[in-house]
Amino acid sequence: MAEFFIETCGFPGWLGYLVTGIIQCVILIHVPLVGAMFFVWVERKVSARIQDRLGPTRCGGKFGWLQLLADGVKLLNKEDLMPADADKMLFRLAPYVSFCASFAAMIALPFSDGWVVQRMDAGVFFILAVLGLEVFGVILAGYASASKWSLFGAMREAAQVVSYEVPMGMCVVVPVVIAGSMDLVTIANKQAGLFTNWYLFHDPFTFIIFWVYFTCGTASVNRAPFDLAEAESELVAGFHTEYSGFRWLIFYMAEYGSMFIVAGLASILFFGGWNGPIPIADWLGLSYAPGATDWQWQGFLGNLLGCLNFVFKAIVGVTVMIWVRWTLPRLRIDQVMTTCLKYCTPLAAICFLLATLWTLSGVPFINDIAPRGVETATAEPEEPPAPPAVAALDTPSEER
Amino acid sequence: MEPINWHSFFFLLFGALTAVFAVAVVVTSNVVRMAFYLILSLGATAGLFFLAGADFVGAMQLMIYVGGTLVLLIFGVMLTAQGPFISMKTGGGEWVLATIIGGALLGLLVKTAFSVEDWQGPAAVAHVEGEEEHAAALPAQSPTSAPIGLGLLGVRTDKLDPAKAELAPGMAGYLLPFEIVSVHLLVVLVGAAYLARTKKRREA
Amino acid sequence: MDLLTQPVGVAHFMAVGAVLFVAGAVCMATKRNALGVLMGIELVLNGANLNFVALGSEYLRRDTALSLGADGNLIALFVIVLAAAEAAVALAITLNFYNNHSTVDVDRADDLRG
Repeated sequence: MAEFFIETCGFPGWLGYLVTGIIQCVILIHVPLVGAMFFVWVERKVSARIQDRLGPTRCGGKFGWLQLLADGVKLLNKEDLMPADADKMLFRLAPYVSFCASFAAMIALPFSDGWVVQRMDAGVFFILAVLGLEVFGVILAGYASASKWSLFGAMREAAQVVSYEVPMGMCVVVPVVIAGSMDLVTIANKQAGLFTNWYLFHDPFTFIIFWVYFTCGTASVNRAPFDLAEAESELVAGFHTEYSGFRWLIFYMAEYGSMFIVAGLASILFFGGWNGPIPIADWLGLSYAPGATDWQWQGFLGNLLGCLNFVFKAIVGVTVMIWVRWTLPRLRIDQVMTTCLKYCTPLAAICFLLATLWTLSGVPFINDIAPRGVETATAEPEEPPAPPAVAALDTPSEER
Repeated sequence: MEPINWHSFFFLLFGALTAVFAVAVVVTSNVVRMAFYLILSLGATAGLFFLAGADFVGAMQLMIYVGGTLVLLIFGVMLTAQGPFISMKTGGGEWVLATIIGGALLGLLVKTAFSVEDWQGPAAVAHVEGEEEHAAALPAQSPTSAPIGLGLLGVRTDKLDPAKAELAPGMAGYLLPFEIVSVHLLVVLVGAAYLARTKKRREA
Repeated sequence: MDLLTQPVGVAHFMAVGAVLFVAGAVCMATKRNALGVLMGIELVLNGANLNFVALGSEYLRRDTALSLGADGNLIALFVIVLAAAEAAVALAITLNFYNNHSTVDVDRADDLRG
């Protein structure tokens, strides 16, 4: 895209890159922003139906889909309160730390084949690492609120998130071992073709690992039944008790952004990402011809379908999280820690071991019914580097 | 004007962030803010690791150092940040002495670093009007994490044939340190848990 | 503006590492809070890590054959892990000290003074 600006529009070099960067940032930030709006609407409607009522029905016609816009306007107009004893700088900074951590994980999350901001060789690792940084926003918010309820909520949440990183890491390693790479684009591409290629069906232990991952993922974004950090009935509102209006909205966006990322990661690792249950794009011929380098509308359309497929799967994942929240009762903190240390971690470790043994021993399973389809044209940067070529180090990576 | 080398620009940005927040850690007297500045400084260091092409180490820094060690530190700060312990100031004389010695050490280190010809950077880029030339012979892509993983298992895929035959035994993998560190972590886990346990109160 | 147009090298990374190291050393020397001293230790270890990674990178040198390669990255990895272990133990000691003396002021830790 930068070349388009520089050559066609005649911008100077640095301006072309700047405009490209800004456009890509704007596109990407709409994922948590619009996503949060959409997911909150889904949550309110789903929770309402579960509780045998209707949910928002007035704003925006019969289905109330503009309710969130109205809520956003209301939150912007609220008075900006800060406790008198609060540490001012940290109080102001905390929501943004949380949001930045959640948003930065989108750098490595691919939305389709090659549609990723920065294709990293250790993509999965980077996402897990950055999602774990969200806990700092929570701790700072709890401390800076100068209220002991906030501090309790923050400490519990920090302990919970940090503890659940361990089984989550182990769960994530299983698809990495099966695929042989930590690069998310590669992992998803290896599940191309019929849905029998999905790693979910690779062996029974990967199937179990998916459910463990989903549980740990729900716990690490502090969704019910693991949400005692925000437990309305116990701690007022936990670490964001003192936050109102726009600052609370930032925390909320961070939470829904993280939910989307966890669900998106699950869909890439276990459900084939942008590769659908049936390879429609391949059957319709909507893929890049192998070896072609210029822009082809067929390939673009195929990738767009894949992107919609991926977003749909992530939305399903988030909806399941919402459904679970309004169905199950909340766990106590000791029950949360017990689940993590006594159930999730040993289960993840054992399934990891057995899944690795299964892969090594070559026992066949559903995956082999319909082996992988056509190799996509995306080059996999796994081979050792070619003879020294001219480096493009000073051009920022961009979406293809 | 010569075109900006964006790699250098981002290096300057992250390097400045790292240095400024590291100095802020020293200058602040509020222990909670010190911890926060340390988090930002180490996060910017992870960015520097990514810029140097060490993706895996950068991700490790974020996950283990910033996301683990510093969370531990912050927990410790929260547990002990009561009243008078939040801000403890040091005397002026100590500051002067520390600044002088620190400044001298900094000058010495920076001068030494810049004195080695090989460390100045890849060959200076010559810019001809109207076209861009890149420094020759730079690797085409970041090194993958496969050599690191295999190195930890004892297989050095990046040093398959060493230049000098007598150095070959020294090019062994990192399997032994890996196992030692695993046992070390277990010992530290047990030791730290024992040290910080709640003591039973003796009956009065 | 030579820094912006020319590629940076190992020396520039080492300069940042030197700043981290000196800041950590001054922090260790001047802070009265035991946790402040701990933060100084973390800064020092990170300065050293930056050096290792810079020397191990293939992009920053004139003669890329001289770079440490994977060795630099692996040593940095071990330093990160060991720093985590040492921070855990140091924090346990500090908390123990706080539980016994109700203070984290290192100037008060003079029980063993002769």
